[in-house]
Amino acid sequence: MSLFARNRKLASFVLFILGTQAAIAQTPPAAAPALDEPELVEFDTSKTRSIAVPALVAPAPTDTAAGNSLALGRQIAEVISSDLRASGVFETQGPNGLRAITLPEVATPQFDYWKSRPVEQLVQGFVRVGGDGNLTVGCYLYDVGFGNETTRLGFNVPPREWRRAAHKCADAIYSRLTGELPFFDSRIAYIAESGPKNKRIKRLAIMDSDGANHRFITNGQSTALTPRFSPNYKSILYLSYVDGSPRIYVYDIDAGRQRLITQSTSPTFAPRWSPDGQTILYSMAVSGNTDVYKIAASGNGTPVKLTSSPGIDVGGSFSPDGRQIVFESDRSGSQQVYVMNADGSNQRRISFGSGRYATPEWSPRADLIAFTRIAGDFRVGTMRPDGSGERLLTDSWQDEAPTWAPNGRVIQFFRTAKGSGKTSIWQVDLTGSNERQLPTPIDGSDPAWGPVLP
Amino acid sequence: MKTNTIKMAAILLVSTALVAGCGKKTVEVLPPAAEGTDYGQTPTAPIAPTSQIVPGSQEDFLQQVGQFGDRILFETDRFNVDAEDQAVLQRQAQWLAQYPGTRAIVEGHADERGTRDYNLALGERRANSAKNYLTSIGVDASRIQTVSYGKERPSALGSDEQSWAQNRRAVTVTVR
Repeated sequence: MSLFARNRKLASFVLFILGTQAAIAQTPPAAAPALDEPELVEFDTSKTRSIAVPALVAPAPTDTAAGNSLALGRQIAEVISSDLRASGVFETQGPNGLRAITLPEVATPQFDYWKSRPVEQLVQGFVRVGGDGNLTVGCYLYDVGFGNETTRLGFNVPPREWRRAAHKCADAIYSRLTGELPFFDSRIAYIAESGPKNKRIKRLAIMDSDGANHRFITNGQSTALTPRFSPNYKSILYLSYVDGSPRIYVYDIDAGRQRLITQSTSPTFAPRWSPDGQTILYSMAVSGNTDVYKIAASGNGTPVKLTSSPGIDVGGSFSPDGRQIVFESDRSGSQQVYVMNADGSNQRRISFGSGRYATPEWSPRADLIAFTRIAGDFRVGTMRPDGSGERLLTDSWQDEAPTWAPNGRVIQFFRTAKGSGKTSIWQVDLTGSNERQLPTPIDGSDPAWGPVLP
Repeated sequence: MKTNTIKMAAILLVSTALVAGCGKKTVEVLPPAAEGTDYGQTPTAPIAPTSQIVPGSQEDFLQQVGQFGDRILFETDRFNVDAEDQAVLQRQAQWLAQYPGTRAIVEGHADERGTRDYNLALGERRANSAKNYLTSIGVDASRIQTVSYGKERPSALGSDEQSWAQNRRAVTVTVR
């Protein structure tokens, strides 16, 4: 997808065009990549770019439900700066330590000043409170060296969603400067853990991609495992022991209700959504033998059994076009990764390295499959859908269960500590660089990253 | 069903506290109290005087089948019932034959060195192996339920071969 089309997609969140220049609909001043061609901008994390993010200007400071707009201007800059820094691609300055800018400067930066800091890129913006109480957030990206504007976006949000405006701004900047698709404005479902190793309390929880807006969904009375956000974020598939045995439920976030995905009395686990949210993939053990099934997400359909080997066939992940499924099976004698068509036909093994291969997850970009490799320690890695190009990204005692950022450039997983069994959520980029822990209130496991919000 | 589940859960907690994390297949090589396991909870004497144990109860079952007689252990990724396991399950079957009004839940477990989903499947396989053997020697299948806990409920808490050997298990818990 071209940057042009990408920015238009971002604009679904944008309710207006800033200033006199219809930035979104016009070609940016800097050299833009040709449509539908390989990106001109190389994703190169070895070369970090310096970027300054002074506090957004609040021309008329006004109280809102989320605080005064003057404070929000600084907080939004902090989130933009934090997102960009966490991506590993940027060295950020500000808003702390940077001088306050004036409203006229937002559209007319003092390039000489910023050149002298020195800094390569500059993000400026403003926050206004409208008559309806909503925030208007303006977000401008400047190339300091060239002295020109490269991106300009505006967002209209209720005050409580100010972080989303910040993430959208950071996403636009990240996309413009790296040529990659956005990913900051997205959410994560995971399992919050506490308690001793043999009596672990495991609760379903959700949070923004940066750990903010954290919320527990279940109270921990019954063990919850392996959540997956639906593509529209309206519901969550997860495993619960609420009735004594492992079963998959669909939890409706707004209604606060859940239902079983199938009425079978057999244990069901390892739930996954198809990319269009219409189908649920799951594993079910019948008389001890586990196979992979799919069923309509509406709950009205009949389950379709996709595998039938006498071994354990489990898990699975749809390709982004929904036509194939990657899953794991021990039919060869040990856990390995297999690919099949979505109807179960043409099952073939793709992992042939040393050790066992588990928890395959197809990248939203379709080009790679992430997995857990078990060879003594557990490491997270990627391979192409034909099994070639294997690359290990982490090296720890037990790293497990990769989940993809919506842009397919960052992978999240959970790490278990030897002995204590304590867990934490980490992320790493595709080069194996920029590994960092995600902040969670208590221990965390089984992360599942959702798509970019519309 | 709901009441039964709660009852089972209560019994399960008791049984976890009563039995040691020790297992027959590794008993020779195990130190008496490895650090990090739940040996501390292991009673050195019977829990209660024999006279207080109600015949047909879970306590009675544990006493009758002997120490660790409520469980069989497995090799990594394996789920087969060997001759040693068969002897254990035969004693369980004898007790179940003695108390036809009881039922049993076989819990299948895996060690922490497997991925979560696979371990759930593996625990289910192990529980079914025990169940299948019990039914093959005469226990009515309708009396036996299975449940897999995967790697969620370790018995031994260490991250070492001995602990993992104790955690790869199928444990029979009786319900009246």
